[in-house]
Amino acid sequence: MMLLSVLLILLVLISLWAVMTPLLLRAAIGLAATSALLTMIMYQLGAPLAAVFELSVCAGLISVVFVSVVSLTHRLPLKEFMKRRQSRIKRFIFLPLLLVAALAIMLTIKLPFQLQLPAADKISDVRVMLWNIRRIDLFGQIMALLAGVYGVLILFRGRKTDGD
Amino acid sequence: MVIDQLFWLFFMTFILLLIEGFYCVTVTYNLFRILIGLEVLIKAVTLFVIAAGYLSGHLALAQSIVITIIVIEVVVVVVAAGIILGFFREFDSLNVKNARRMKG
Repeated sequence: MMLLSVLLILLVLISLWAVMTPLLLRAAIGLAATSALLTMIMYQLGAPLAAVFELSVCAGLISVVFVSVVSLTHRLPLKEFMKRRQSRIKRFIFLPLLLVAALAIMLTIKLPFQLQLPAADKISDVRVMLWNIRRIDLFGQIMALLAGVYGVLILFRGRKTDGD
Repeated sequence: MVIDQLFWLFFMTFILLLIEGFYCVTVTYNLFRILIGLEVLIKAVTLFVIAAGYLSGHLALAQSIVITIIVIEVVVVVVAAGIILGFFREFDSLNVKNARRMKG
């Protein structure tokens, strides 16, 4: 439980850094680190398959997409960057305060949860659950992926005429 | 007792991540940063689903749901990244205020 608590605190702090850092590349790296920490938490909780997916897809593939987007855009001129940075600091300075306030409120008003847990699942193998029980959902996932591919194709298609 | 404490720990982390994500999406004008905020929100939900599965003994079901969430997350991020690049090509900026100049 100690290790889990440390990982959860680190998760909040690193995602806060990802949200607040002024450079977009650092934000993308922070998000990858958040995914890596979430992977460790999943592994600690005994969910290795989801952890592997999280690490390979979220910390890997999505980070590559983010870094590609950042590299395809260009930086602002230094003067404008500093001006926007000041504006950003003013807007984001309240976030750590808000988090501390929310944490203080939650620690003060500790809600008396009386969890009524259902009976444990008979199927403990995730492969059986994914491929046998939730087979129809896989069809939905494939359709979602195809919709994404179609969306990207539409976004990057060349212009044929001015009217298109 | 331990389960209640664990649930409370996950619940607090979930709420803090939700605050970070919503604040980022609300306050920023940068399209890329809005996507970062959205990702943080998805991470919060993923964490809570896995925690709920762990605490209730339905970890196999939770893992299959998380895999679905990750697939949908990838689709959303890739399409949003494409839209952001198209926006940048059109306006030479990622500032969402430029969306007011959109025509068509």
